[in-house]
Amino acid sequence: MSDLVGYRVVALILLVTVSLIAMFFDIVPVLVAAILSALVWDFFFIPQKFTFAISSAEDLLMFLMYFVVALVNAVLMTKIRKMEKLANQKEEKENTLKLYNTLLNSLSHELRTPISTIIGATDNLQSMADKLSELNKYELVSEISKASLQLDRQVGNLLNMSRLESGYIKPKNDWFDINELIYDVINQLKDELKNIPVHVAIKENLPLFKLDYGLVSQIVHNLLHNAATNIPKYAVITLRANCKQDRLVIVVEDTGYGFPPNEIEKVFEKFYRLKNSKTGGTGLGLSIVKGFVESMNGTVTLANMPDSGAIFTIELPAELSYLNLNVKV
Amino acid sequence: MTGPLILIVDDEEQIRKLLEITLQTSDFSVKTASTAKEAVTMAKTHNPDLILLDIGLPDENGQEVLKKIRQWFTKPILILSVQSDEENIIKALDNGANDYLVKPFRTGELLARIRSSIRGVIPVTLNNHIFNDDLEIDYNLRAVKKNKEIVKLTATEYDLLVLFAKNEGRVLTHQYLLREVWGPGYVNQSQYLRVFIAQLRKKIETEPNQPEYILTESRVGYRFVAKDHF
Repeated sequence: MSDLVGYRVVALILLVTVSLIAMFFDIVPVLVAAILSALVWDFFFIPQKFTFAISSAEDLLMFLMYFVVALVNAVLMTKIRKMEKLANQKEEKENTLKLYNTLLNSLSHELRTPISTIIGATDNLQSMADKLSELNKYELVSEISKASLQLDRQVGNLLNMSRLESGYIKPKNDWFDINELIYDVINQLKDELKNIPVHVAIKENLPLFKLDYGLVSQIVHNLLHNAATNIPKYAVITLRANCKQDRLVIVVEDTGYGFPPNEIEKVFEKFYRLKNSKTGGTGLGLSIVKGFVESMNGTVTLANMPDSGAIFTIELPAELSYLNLNVKV
Repeated sequence: MTGPLILIVDDEEQIRKLLEITLQTSDFSVKTASTAKEAVTMAKTHNPDLILLDIGLPDENGQEVLKKIRQWFTKPILILSVQSDEENIIKALDNGANDYLVKPFRTGELLARIRSSIRGVIPVTLNNHIFNDDLEIDYNLRAVKKNKEIVKLTATEYDLLVLFAKNEGRVLTHQYLLREVWGPGYVNQSQYLRVFIAQLRKKIETEPNQPEYILTESRVGYRFVAKDHF
Protein backbone atom coordinates (compact mmCIF):
# COMPACT_ATOMS: atom_id res chain seq x y z
CA MET A 1 0.00 0.00 0.00
CA SER A 2 2.74 2.40 0.86
CA ASP A 3 4.09 1.82 -2.67
CA LEU A 4 0.97 3.41 -4.11
CA VAL A 5 0.33 6.20 -1.62
CA GLY A 6 2.56 7.89 0.88
CA TYR A 7 2.58 6.54 4.44
CA ARG A 8 1.10 9.82 5.68
CA VAL A 9 -1.98 9.27 3.55
CA VAL A 10 -2.26 5.85 5.16
CA ALA A 11 -2.50 7.62 8.51
CA LEU A 12 -5.52 9.55 7.29
CA ILE A 13 -7.19 6.38 6.02
CA LEU A 14 -6.65 4.75 9.40
CA LEU A 15 -8.05 7.84 11.10
CA VAL A 16 -11.22 7.65 9.02
CA THR A 17 -11.56 3.99 10.04
CA VAL A 18 -11.27 4.86 13.72
CA SER A 19 -13.91 7.59 13.31
CA LEU A 20 -16.26 5.15 11.63
CA ILE A 21 -15.77 2.67 14.48
CA ALA A 22 -16.52 5.47 16.94
CA MET A 23 -19.89 5.98 15.30
CA PHE A 24 -21.04 2.48 16.12
CA PHE A 25 -19.16 1.22 19.17
CA ASP A 26 -18.54 2.17 22.79
CA ILE A 27 -15.58 4.08 24.13
CA VAL A 28 -13.50 0.99 25.03
CA PRO A 29 -13.40 -0.69 21.59
CA VAL A 30 -12.76 2.72 20.01
CA LEU A 31 -9.77 3.39 22.27
CA VAL A 32 -8.42 -0.06 21.48
CA ALA A 33 -8.86 0.66 17.77
CA ALA A 34 -7.08 4.02 18.11
CA ILE A 35 -4.09 2.49 19.89
CA LEU A 36 -3.90 -0.55 17.60
CA SER A 37 -4.11 1.52 14.44
CA ALA A 38 -1.38 3.88 15.68
CA LEU A 39 0.88 0.91 16.34
CA VAL A 40 -0.01 -0.71 12.99
CA TRP A 41 0.82 2.50 11.22
CA ASP A 42 4.11 2.81 13.03
CA PHE A 43 5.10 -0.83 12.49
CA PHE A 44 4.11 -1.31 8.86
CA PHE A 45 4.29 2.12 7.28
CA ILE A 46 6.65 4.58 9.01
CA PRO A 47 10.20 4.21 7.59
CA GLN A 48 12.23 1.60 9.40
CA LYS A 49 9.33 -0.58 8.32
CA PHE A 50 8.58 -3.68 10.43
CA THR A 51 10.04 -2.09 13.53
CA PHE A 52 8.47 0.23 16.05
CA ALA A 53 11.47 2.56 15.77
CA ILE A 54 10.81 6.03 14.33
CA SER A 55 13.88 7.73 12.92
CA SER A 56 12.86 11.28 11.99
CA ALA A 57 11.53 13.87 14.45
CA GLU A 58 8.87 14.82 11.93
CA ASP A 59 7.52 11.27 11.84
CA LEU A 60 7.57 11.05 15.61
CA LEU A 61 5.48 14.23 15.79
CA MET A 62 3.12 12.82 13.17
CA PHE A 63 2.76 9.62 15.18
CA LEU A 64 1.95 11.46 18.40
CA MET A 65 -0.53 13.76 16.66
CA TYR A 66 -2.19 10.79 15.00
CA PHE A 67 -2.62 9.25 18.40
CA VAL A 68 -4.10 12.39 19.94
CA VAL A 69 -6.49 13.04 17.03
CA ALA A 70 -7.74 9.44 17.14
CA LEU A 71 -8.39 9.70 20.90
CA VAL A 72 -10.15 13.07 20.71
CA ASN A 73 -12.25 11.72 17.88
CA ALA A 74 -13.30 8.73 19.97
CA VAL A 75 -14.13 10.76 23.06
CA LEU A 76 -16.14 13.40 21.14
CA MET A 77 -18.14 10.78 19.30
CA THR A 78 -19.01 9.01 22.55
CA LYS A 79 -20.12 12.28 24.11
CA ILE A 80 -22.38 13.10 21.19
CA ARG A 81 -24.00 9.70 21.39
CA LYS A 82 -24.56 10.01 25.12
CA MET A 83 -26.31 13.34 24.64
CA GLU A 84 -28.45 11.92 21.89
CA LYS A 85 -29.47 9.08 24.16
CA LEU A 86 -30.43 11.49 26.94
CA ALA A 87 -32.54 13.54 24.54
CA ASN A 88 -34.31 10.38 23.39
CA GLN A 89 -35.02 9.33 26.93
CA LYS A 90 -36.42 12.73 27.73
CA GLU A 91 -38.69 12.61 24.71
CA GLU A 92 -39.82 9.11 25.64
CA LYS A 93 -40.60 10.27 29.14
CA GLU A 94 -42.62 13.16 27.79
CA ASN A 95 -44.51 10.84 25.47
CA THR A 96 -45.28 8.45 28.33
CA LEU A 97 -46.49 11.35 30.41
CA LYS A 98 -48.68 12.59 27.59
CA LEU A 99 -50.08 9.10 27.08
CA TYR A 100 -50.69 8.76 30.78
CA ASN A 101 -52.59 12.05 30.90
CA THR A 102 -54.72 11.13 27.92
CA LEU A 103 -55.38 7.78 29.56
CA LEU A 104 -56.44 9.43 32.79
CA ASN A 105 -58.73 11.90 31.03
CA SER A 106 -60.26 9.25 28.88
CA LEU A 107 -60.66 6.77 31.71
CA SER A 108 -62.02 9.14 34.26
CA HIS A 109 -64.71 10.04 31.78
CA GLU A 110 -65.44 6.70 30.19
CA LEU A 111 -65.40 4.72 33.43
CA ARG A 112 -66.95 7.34 35.68
CA THR A 113 -69.99 7.81 33.44
CA PRO A 114 -71.28 4.24 33.79
CA ILE A 115 -70.21 4.13 37.45
CA SER A 116 -72.17 7.32 38.18
CA THR A 117 -75.17 5.84 36.41
CA ILE A 118 -75.00 2.67 38.50
CA ILE A 119 -74.56 4.53 41.79
CA GLY A 120 -77.32 7.01 41.00
CA ALA A 121 -79.78 4.41 39.81
CA THR A 122 -79.21 2.08 42.76
CA ASP A 123 -79.56 4.99 45.20
CA ASN A 124 -82.92 5.81 43.66
CA LEU A 125 -84.05 2.23 43.79
CA GLN A 126 -82.97 1.86 47.41
CA SER A 127 -84.27 5.07 48.92
CA MET A 128 -87.28 5.92 46.78
CA ALA A 129 -88.61 2.49 45.95
CA ASP A 130 -92.14 3.34 47.13
CA LYS A 131 -92.35 6.52 45.06
CA LEU A 132 -91.10 5.03 41.79
CA SER A 133 -93.54 3.70 39.24
CA GLU A 134 -92.96 0.21 37.87
CA LEU A 135 -91.94 1.75 34.56
CA ASN A 136 -89.39 4.02 36.28
CA LYS A 137 -87.95 1.08 38.17
CA TYR A 138 -87.66 -0.90 34.98
CA GLU A 139 -85.91 2.01 33.26
CA LEU A 140 -83.45 2.45 36.11
CA VAL A 141 -82.59 -1.23 36.06
CA SER A 142 -82.08 -1.07 32.27
CA GLU A 143 -79.69 1.85 32.75
CA ILE A 144 -77.73 -0.12 35.33
CA SER A 145 -77.55 -3.05 32.97
CA LYS A 146 -76.38 -0.87 30.05
CA ALA A 147 -73.80 0.87 32.22
CA SER A 148 -72.33 -2.38 33.49
CA LEU A 149 -71.98 -3.80 29.98
CA GLN A 150 -70.24 -0.58 28.97
CA LEU A 151 -67.85 -0.95 31.91
CA ASP A 152 -67.17 -4.54 30.93
CA ARG A 153 -66.29 -3.46 27.39
CA GLN A 154 -63.95 -0.69 28.58
CA VAL A 155 -62.15 -3.03 30.95
CA GLY A 156 -61.80 -5.53 28.10
CA ASN A 157 -60.29 -2.80 25.91
CA LEU A 158 -57.87 -1.77 28.62
CA LEU A 159 -56.79 -5.37 29.18
CA ASN A 160 -56.18 -5.87 25.47
CA MET A 161 -54.27 -2.60 25.29
CA SER A 162 -52.04 -3.54 28.20
CA ARG A 163 -51.44 -6.97 26.66
CA LEU A 164 -50.27 -5.17 23.52
CA GLU A 165 -48.16 -2.64 25.40
CA SER A 166 -46.39 -5.29 27.43
CA GLY A 167 -45.63 -7.28 24.29
CA TYR A 168 -47.47 -10.20 25.87
CA ILE A 169 -49.40 -11.02 22.69
CA LYS A 170 -48.14 -14.15 21.02
CA PRO A 171 -50.56 -15.41 18.38
CA LYS A 172 -51.68 -19.01 18.96
CA ASN A 173 -52.48 -20.18 15.47
CA ASP A 174 -54.98 -22.89 14.72
CA TRP A 175 -57.23 -23.73 11.78
CA PHE A 176 -60.54 -21.94 11.54
CA ASP A 177 -63.40 -21.37 9.14
CA ILE A 178 -63.78 -17.65 8.41
CA ASN A 179 -67.56 -18.08 7.93
CA GLU A 180 -67.84 -19.42 11.44
CA LEU A 181 -65.70 -16.62 12.87
CA ILE A 182 -67.60 -13.79 11.20
CA TYR A 183 -71.03 -15.10 12.22
CA ASP A 184 -69.72 -15.79 15.72
CA VAL A 185 -68.75 -12.11 16.04
CA ILE A 186 -72.07 -10.91 14.59
CA ASN A 187 -73.81 -13.08 17.17
CA GLN A 188 -71.72 -11.58 20.00
CA LEU A 189 -72.83 -8.11 18.87
CA LYS A 190 -76.46 -8.93 18.19
CA ASP A 191 -77.74 -6.34 20.69
CA GLU A 192 -75.66 -3.52 19.20
CA LEU A 193 -76.63 -4.56 15.65
CA LYS A 194 -80.33 -4.95 16.39
CA ASN A 195 -81.45 -2.13 14.11
CA ILE A 196 -78.58 -2.10 11.64
CA PRO A 197 -78.61 -4.16 8.46
CA VAL A 198 -75.38 -6.17 8.15
CA HIS A 199 -74.60 -7.72 4.77
CA VAL A 200 -72.15 -10.57 4.77
CA ALA A 201 -70.32 -11.32 1.54
CA ILE A 202 -67.86 -14.14 2.10
CA LYS A 203 -66.39 -15.66 -1.02
CA GLU A 204 -67.50 -19.24 -1.51
CA ASN A 205 -65.17 -22.19 -0.97
CA LEU A 206 -62.54 -20.25 0.90
CA PRO A 207 -59.82 -22.41 2.46
CA LEU A 208 -59.36 -22.78 6.21
CA PHE A 209 -56.89 -20.25 7.62
CA LYS A 210 -54.33 -20.96 10.30
CA LEU A 211 -54.35 -17.85 12.49
CA ASP A 212 -55.21 -16.87 16.05
CA TYR A 213 -59.01 -17.16 16.23
CA GLY A 214 -59.21 -14.95 19.32
CA LEU A 215 -57.17 -12.11 17.83
CA VAL A 216 -58.92 -12.19 14.44
CA SER A 217 -62.37 -12.24 16.01
CA GLN A 218 -61.42 -9.35 18.33
CA ILE A 219 -60.31 -7.38 15.26
CA VAL A 220 -63.60 -7.99 13.44
CA HIS A 221 -65.50 -7.35 16.68
CA ASN A 222 -63.88 -3.94 17.21
CA LEU A 223 -64.36 -2.84 13.59
CA LEU A 224 -67.98 -3.94 13.59
CA HIS A 225 -68.67 -2.34 16.97
CA ASN A 226 -66.97 0.86 15.85
CA ALA A 227 -69.12 1.01 12.72
CA ALA A 228 -72.31 0.12 14.62
CA THR A 229 -71.85 2.86 17.21
CA ASN A 230 -70.84 5.61 14.79
CA ILE A 231 -73.03 5.33 11.73
CA PRO A 232 -76.31 7.19 11.22
CA LYS A 233 -79.68 5.44 11.28
CA TYR A 234 -80.08 4.80 7.56
CA ALA A 235 -76.63 3.27 7.09
CA VAL A 236 -75.75 -0.36 6.42
CA ILE A 237 -72.61 -2.36 7.17
CA THR A 238 -71.03 -4.83 4.78
CA LEU A 239 -68.57 -7.49 5.88
CA ARG A 240 -66.47 -9.18 3.22
CA ALA A 241 -63.92 -11.97 3.37
CA ASN A 242 -61.67 -13.26 0.66
CA CYS A 243 -58.38 -15.00 0.10
CA LYS A 244 -55.69 -13.20 -1.89
CA GLN A 245 -52.69 -15.46 -2.58
CA ASP A 246 -51.68 -16.58 0.91
CA ARG A 247 -53.52 -13.81 2.73
CA LEU A 248 -56.86 -13.59 4.46
CA VAL A 249 -58.58 -10.34 3.47
CA ILE A 250 -61.38 -8.99 5.64
CA VAL A 251 -63.24 -5.82 4.70
CA VAL A 252 -65.64 -3.89 6.90
CA GLU A 253 -67.42 -1.08 5.10
CA ASP A 254 -70.34 1.14 5.97
CA THR A 255 -72.49 3.76 4.28
CA GLY A 256 -72.14 6.27 7.11
CA TYR A 257 -70.40 9.62 7.16
CA GLY A 258 -66.88 8.35 6.54
CA PHE A 259 -63.88 9.91 8.28
CA PRO A 260 -62.60 13.48 7.97
CA PRO A 261 -59.70 13.08 5.47
CA ASN A 262 -57.24 14.94 7.73
CA GLU A 263 -57.96 12.55 10.61
CA ILE A 264 -57.74 9.22 8.76
CA GLU A 265 -54.04 8.89 9.59
CA LYS A 266 -54.72 9.41 13.27
CA VAL A 267 -57.63 7.10 14.03
CA PHE A 268 -55.37 4.14 14.80
CA GLU A 269 -53.45 6.12 17.41
CA LYS A 270 -53.99 5.25 21.02
CA PHE A 271 -56.82 7.23 22.66
CA TYR A 272 -57.41 9.23 19.50
CA ARG A 273 -61.01 10.19 19.06
CA LEU A 274 -62.50 12.11 16.18
CA LYS A 275 -62.82 15.82 16.90
CA ASN A 276 -66.61 15.80 16.58
CA SER A 277 -67.28 12.29 17.83
CA LYS A 278 -70.11 11.70 20.26
CA THR A 279 -69.20 10.60 23.74
CA GLY A 280 -68.65 6.95 24.50
CA GLY A 281 -65.55 5.02 23.62
CA THR A 282 -62.01 5.45 24.83
CA GLY A 283 -60.32 5.70 21.47
CA LEU A 284 -58.80 2.29 22.08
CA GLY A 285 -60.83 0.05 19.77
CA LEU A 286 -59.04 0.90 16.54
CA SER A 287 -55.56 1.03 18.06
CA ILE A 288 -56.18 -2.47 19.39
CA VAL A 289 -57.16 -3.49 15.85
CA LYS A 290 -53.89 -2.11 14.54
CA GLY A 291 -51.85 -3.72 17.32
CA PHE A 292 -53.45 -7.15 16.86
CA VAL A 293 -53.11 -6.98 13.07
CA GLU A 294 -49.44 -6.10 13.37
CA SER A 295 -48.82 -8.86 15.91
CA MET A 296 -49.81 -11.23 13.08
CA ASN A 297 -47.64 -9.38 10.52
CA GLY A 298 -50.69 -8.07 8.70
CA THR A 299 -51.84 -4.65 7.55
CA VAL A 300 -54.90 -2.54 8.18
CA THR A 301 -55.96 0.40 6.02
CA LEU A 302 -58.79 2.88 6.21
CA ALA A 303 -60.25 4.87 3.34
CA ASN A 304 -63.44 6.72 2.57
CA MET A 305 -65.83 5.28 0.00
CA PRO A 306 -66.37 7.35 -3.16
CA ASP A 307 -69.93 8.43 -2.28
CA SER A 308 -69.99 8.17 1.50
CA GLY A 309 -68.94 5.83 4.28
CA ALA A 310 -65.72 4.23 5.42
CA ILE A 311 -63.92 1.08 4.40
CA PHE A 312 -61.47 -0.81 6.60
CA THR A 313 -59.34 -3.47 4.92
CA ILE A 314 -57.41 -6.08 6.88
CA GLU A 315 -54.85 -8.34 5.24
CA LEU A 316 -53.28 -11.17 7.21
CA PRO A 317 -50.68 -13.56 5.85
CA ALA A 318 -51.74 -17.11 6.77
CA GLU A 319 -51.20 -20.79 6.15
CA LEU A 320 -54.10 -22.18 4.10
CA SER A 321 -55.77 -25.58 3.96
CA TYR A 322 -58.04 -26.75 1.17
CA LEU A 323 -59.04 -29.92 2.97
CA ASN A 324 -60.91 -32.18 0.62
CA LEU A 325 -64.07 -33.42 2.26
CA ASN A 326 -64.23 -36.50 0.06
CA VAL A 327 -61.17 -37.90 1.76
CA LYS A 328 -62.52 -40.49 4.19
CA VAL A 329 -61.32 -39.77 7.69
CA MET B 1 -89.00 -27.49 49.61
CA THR B 2 -85.36 -28.13 48.91
CA GLY B 3 -83.92 -28.59 45.44
CA PRO B 4 -80.51 -29.98 44.49
CA LEU B 5 -77.66 -28.79 46.73
CA ILE B 6 -75.05 -26.56 45.14
CA LEU B 7 -71.70 -25.72 46.69
CA ILE B 8 -70.44 -22.27 45.68
CA VAL B 9 -66.66 -21.80 45.94
CA ASP B 10 -65.50 -18.23 45.35
CA ASP B 11 -63.19 -15.97 47.33
CA GLU B 12 -65.18 -12.83 46.48
CA GLU B 13 -68.01 -12.24 48.91
CA GLN B 14 -70.00 -10.21 46.36
CA ILE B 15 -70.01 -13.08 43.91
CA ARG B 16 -70.94 -15.60 46.60
CA LYS B 17 -73.85 -13.41 47.70
CA LEU B 18 -75.05 -12.90 44.13
CA LEU B 19 -74.86 -16.59 43.29
CA GLU B 20 -76.54 -17.55 46.54
CA ILE B 21 -79.52 -15.28 45.92
CA THR B 22 -79.82 -16.28 42.27
CA LEU B 23 -79.71 -19.99 43.01
CA GLN B 24 -82.00 -19.88 46.02
CA THR B 25 -84.55 -17.95 43.98
CA SER B 26 -84.42 -20.78 41.46
CA ASP B 27 -85.12 -23.34 44.19
CA PHE B 28 -81.63 -24.71 44.70
CA SER B 29 -80.17 -25.29 48.16
CA VAL B 30 -76.86 -23.52 48.62
CA LYS B 31 -73.67 -23.87 50.68
CA THR B 32 -70.72 -21.55 50.24
CA ALA B 33 -66.96 -21.78 50.69
CA SER B 34 -64.36 -19.06 50.21
CA THR B 35 -61.08 -20.98 50.21
CA ALA B 36 -59.73 -24.11 48.56
CA LYS B 37 -59.32 -25.81 51.91
CA GLU B 38 -62.88 -25.04 52.95
CA ALA B 39 -64.11 -26.22 49.55
CA VAL B 40 -62.55 -29.67 49.92
CA THR B 41 -63.97 -30.10 53.45
CA MET B 42 -67.43 -28.86 52.52
CA ALA B 43 -67.56 -31.08 49.44
CA LYS B 44 -66.81 -34.09 51.68
CA THR B 45 -69.26 -33.25 54.47
CA HIS B 46 -72.21 -32.07 52.36
CA ASN B 47 -71.78 -34.14 49.20
CA PRO B 48 -73.46 -31.50 46.98
CA ASP B 49 -75.20 -32.26 43.70
CA LEU B 50 -73.01 -29.75 41.89
CA ILE B 51 -69.98 -27.60 42.68
CA LEU B 52 -69.50 -24.09 41.24
CA LEU B 53 -65.74 -23.61 41.52
CA ASP B 54 -63.88 -20.35 40.91
CA ILE B 55 -60.65 -21.42 39.21
CA GLY B 56 -58.74 -18.40 40.60
CA LEU B 57 -58.73 -19.01 44.36
CA PRO B 58 -56.11 -17.21 46.43
CA ASP B 59 -54.87 -20.05 48.61
CA GLU B 60 -54.35 -22.81 46.07
CA ASN B 61 -54.11 -23.30 42.32
CA GLY B 62 -57.64 -23.90 41.06
CA GLN B 63 -56.55 -26.77 38.81
CA GLU B 64 -55.07 -28.56 41.84
CA VAL B 65 -58.25 -28.08 43.87
CA LEU B 66 -60.23 -29.43 40.95
CA LYS B 67 -58.03 -32.53 40.66
CA LYS B 68 -58.18 -33.08 44.42
CA ILE B 69 -61.99 -32.95 44.51
CA ARG B 70 -62.27 -35.00 41.33
CA GLN B 71 -60.42 -37.94 42.92
CA TRP B 72 -63.61 -39.00 44.67
CA PHE B 73 -66.36 -36.52 43.69
CA THR B 74 -68.33 -37.91 40.74
CA LYS B 75 -71.04 -35.29 40.35
CA PRO B 76 -70.77 -32.22 38.09
CA ILE B 77 -68.23 -29.45 38.67
CA LEU B 78 -68.71 -26.11 36.90
CA ILE B 79 -65.76 -23.76 36.59
CA LEU B 80 -66.00 -19.98 36.97
CA SER B 81 -63.23 -18.22 35.08
CA VAL B 82 -62.22 -14.77 33.90
CA GLN B 83 -62.15 -13.63 30.30
CA SER B 84 -59.49 -14.57 27.73
CA ASP B 85 -58.27 -17.46 29.79
CA GLU B 86 -59.18 -20.21 27.34
CA GLU B 87 -56.06 -22.23 28.09
CA ASN B 88 -57.04 -22.50 31.73
CA ILE B 89 -60.61 -23.39 30.78
CA ILE B 90 -59.47 -26.19 28.46
CA LYS B 91 -57.11 -27.48 31.15
CA ALA B 92 -59.93 -27.47 33.70
CA LEU B 93 -62.22 -29.37 31.32
CA ASP B 94 -59.38 -31.90 30.86
CA ASN B 95 -59.01 -32.13 34.62
CA GLY B 96 -62.60 -33.22 35.02
CA ALA B 97 -64.69 -30.06 35.06
CA ASN B 98 -68.01 -30.58 33.27
CA ASP B 99 -68.52 -27.06 32.01
CA TYR B 100 -67.46 -23.46 32.50
CA LEU B 101 -68.79 -19.94 32.81
CA VAL B 102 -66.86 -16.78 32.07
CA LYS B 103 -67.25 -13.84 34.46
CA PRO B 104 -69.21 -11.65 34.04
CA PHE B 105 -71.94 -14.12 33.09
CA ARG B 106 -75.68 -13.72 32.65
CA THR B 107 -78.05 -15.37 35.09
CA GLY B 108 -79.92 -17.22 32.36
CA GLU B 109 -76.70 -18.74 31.16
CA LEU B 110 -75.71 -19.78 34.68
CA LEU B 111 -79.01 -21.57 35.31
CA ALA B 112 -78.97 -23.28 31.91
CA ARG B 113 -75.44 -24.61 32.52
CA ILE B 114 -76.32 -25.84 35.98
CA ARG B 115 -79.48 -27.58 34.80
CA SER B 116 -77.84 -29.33 31.87
CA SER B 117 -74.89 -30.39 34.04
CA ILE B 118 -77.17 -31.87 36.67
CA ARG B 119 -79.22 -33.64 34.02
CA GLY B 120 -76.01 -35.21 32.76
CA VAL B 121 -75.35 -37.30 29.69
CA ILE B 122 -78.46 -38.53 27.90
CA PRO B 123 -78.35 -42.34 27.74
CA VAL B 124 -78.58 -43.77 24.27
CA THR B 125 -80.65 -46.70 25.41
CA LEU B 126 -83.47 -44.72 23.89
CA ASN B 127 -84.43 -45.52 20.33
CA ASN B 128 -84.61 -41.98 19.15
CA HIS B 129 -84.36 -38.32 20.06
CA ILE B 130 -86.32 -35.37 18.74
CA PHE B 131 -84.91 -31.89 19.27
CA ASN B 132 -86.91 -28.65 18.89
CA ASP B 133 -89.56 -30.52 16.87
CA ASP B 134 -87.49 -30.50 13.70
CA LEU B 135 -84.40 -32.66 14.23
CA GLU B 136 -84.69 -36.37 14.87
CA ILE B 137 -82.01 -38.97 15.46
CA ASP B 138 -83.03 -42.63 15.15
CA TYR B 139 -80.32 -44.63 16.91
CA ASN B 140 -81.52 -48.02 15.70
CA LEU B 141 -81.55 -47.07 12.05
CA ARG B 142 -78.60 -44.66 12.40
CA ALA B 143 -80.83 -42.20 10.55
CA VAL B 144 -81.26 -38.45 10.96
CA LYS B 145 -84.32 -36.47 9.89
CA LYS B 146 -84.62 -32.71 9.50
CA ASN B 147 -88.21 -31.50 9.16
CA LYS B 148 -89.25 -35.15 8.77
CA GLU B 149 -86.98 -35.63 5.75
CA ILE B 150 -84.02 -38.01 5.83
CA VAL B 151 -80.67 -36.23 5.86
CA LYS B 152 -77.76 -38.15 4.39
CA LEU B 153 -74.84 -38.06 6.80
CA THR B 154 -71.45 -39.71 6.40
CA ALA B 155 -70.42 -42.10 9.17
CA THR B 156 -68.17 -39.44 10.72
CA GLU B 157 -70.87 -36.76 10.58
CA TYR B 158 -73.30 -39.16 12.25
CA ASP B 159 -70.83 -40.06 15.03
CA LEU B 160 -70.17 -36.36 15.63
CA LEU B 161 -73.89 -35.56 15.81
CA VAL B 162 -74.61 -38.41 18.22
CA LEU B 163 -71.77 -37.34 20.48
CA PHE B 164 -73.23 -33.82 20.51
CA ALA B 165 -76.78 -35.02 21.13
CA LYS B 166 -75.74 -37.19 24.07
CA ASN B 167 -74.04 -34.17 25.63
CA GLU B 168 -76.81 -31.69 24.95
CA GLY B 169 -76.17 -28.35 26.64
CA ARG B 170 -72.54 -29.08 27.53
CA VAL B 171 -69.36 -27.75 26.03
CA LEU B 172 -67.14 -30.26 24.25
CA THR B 173 -63.55 -29.17 23.59
CA HIS B 174 -61.94 -29.44 20.16
CA GLN B 175 -59.50 -32.00 21.52
CA TYR B 176 -62.27 -34.10 23.07
CA LEU B 177 -64.30 -34.16 19.85
CA LEU B 178 -61.27 -35.08 17.74
CA ARG B 179 -60.25 -37.82 20.17
CA GLU B 180 -63.74 -39.33 20.42
CA VAL B 181 -64.71 -39.18 16.76
CA TRP B 182 -61.43 -39.49 14.86
CA GLY B 183 -59.19 -41.15 17.45
CA PRO B 184 -56.33 -40.22 19.79
CA GLY B 185 -53.94 -39.63 16.87
CA TYR B 186 -56.05 -36.75 15.59
CA VAL B 187 -56.25 -34.39 18.59
CA ASN B 188 -54.22 -31.73 16.80
CA GLN B 189 -55.93 -32.06 13.41
CA SER B 190 -58.41 -29.27 14.08
CA GLN B 191 -58.90 -28.66 10.35
CA TYR B 192 -60.95 -31.90 10.13
CA LEU B 193 -63.23 -30.70 12.90
CA ARG B 194 -63.74 -27.28 11.28
CA VAL B 195 -64.66 -28.80 7.94
CA PHE B 196 -67.00 -31.41 9.39
CA ILE B 197 -68.73 -28.91 11.66
CA ALA B 198 -69.38 -26.68 8.65
CA GLN B 199 -70.68 -29.68 6.71
CA LEU B 200 -72.89 -30.91 9.55
CA ARG B 201 -74.34 -27.43 10.06
CA LYS B 202 -75.25 -27.27 6.37
CA LYS B 203 -77.20 -30.48 6.79
CA ILE B 204 -78.98 -30.04 10.13
CA GLU B 205 -79.27 -26.29 10.71
CA THR B 206 -82.05 -24.22 9.18
CA GLU B 207 -79.59 -21.32 8.83
CA PRO B 208 -76.09 -22.89 8.75
CA ASN B 209 -74.50 -19.50 9.42
CA GLN B 210 -76.76 -18.75 12.37
CA PRO B 211 -76.76 -22.17 13.98
CA GLU B 212 -79.30 -22.96 16.65
CA TYR B 213 -77.95 -26.42 17.49
CA ILE B 214 -74.17 -26.46 17.16
CA LEU B 215 -72.87 -23.31 18.83
CA THR B 216 -69.28 -22.08 18.63
CA GLU B 217 -67.48 -21.60 21.94
CA SER B 218 -64.62 -19.37 20.80
CA ARG B 219 -61.21 -21.03 21.20
CA VAL B 220 -62.61 -23.79 23.45
CA GLY B 221 -64.97 -26.00 21.49
CA TYR B 222 -68.61 -26.50 20.55
CA ARG B 223 -71.86 -26.80 22.45
CA PHE B 224 -74.95 -28.59 21.15
CA VAL B 225 -78.11 -26.99 22.51
CA ALA B 226 -81.79 -27.72 22.09
CA LYS B 227 -84.60 -25.65 23.54
CA ASP B 228 -86.54 -28.82 24.17
CA HIS B 229 -86.10 -32.48 23.48
CA PHE B 230 -87.58 -35.83 24.33
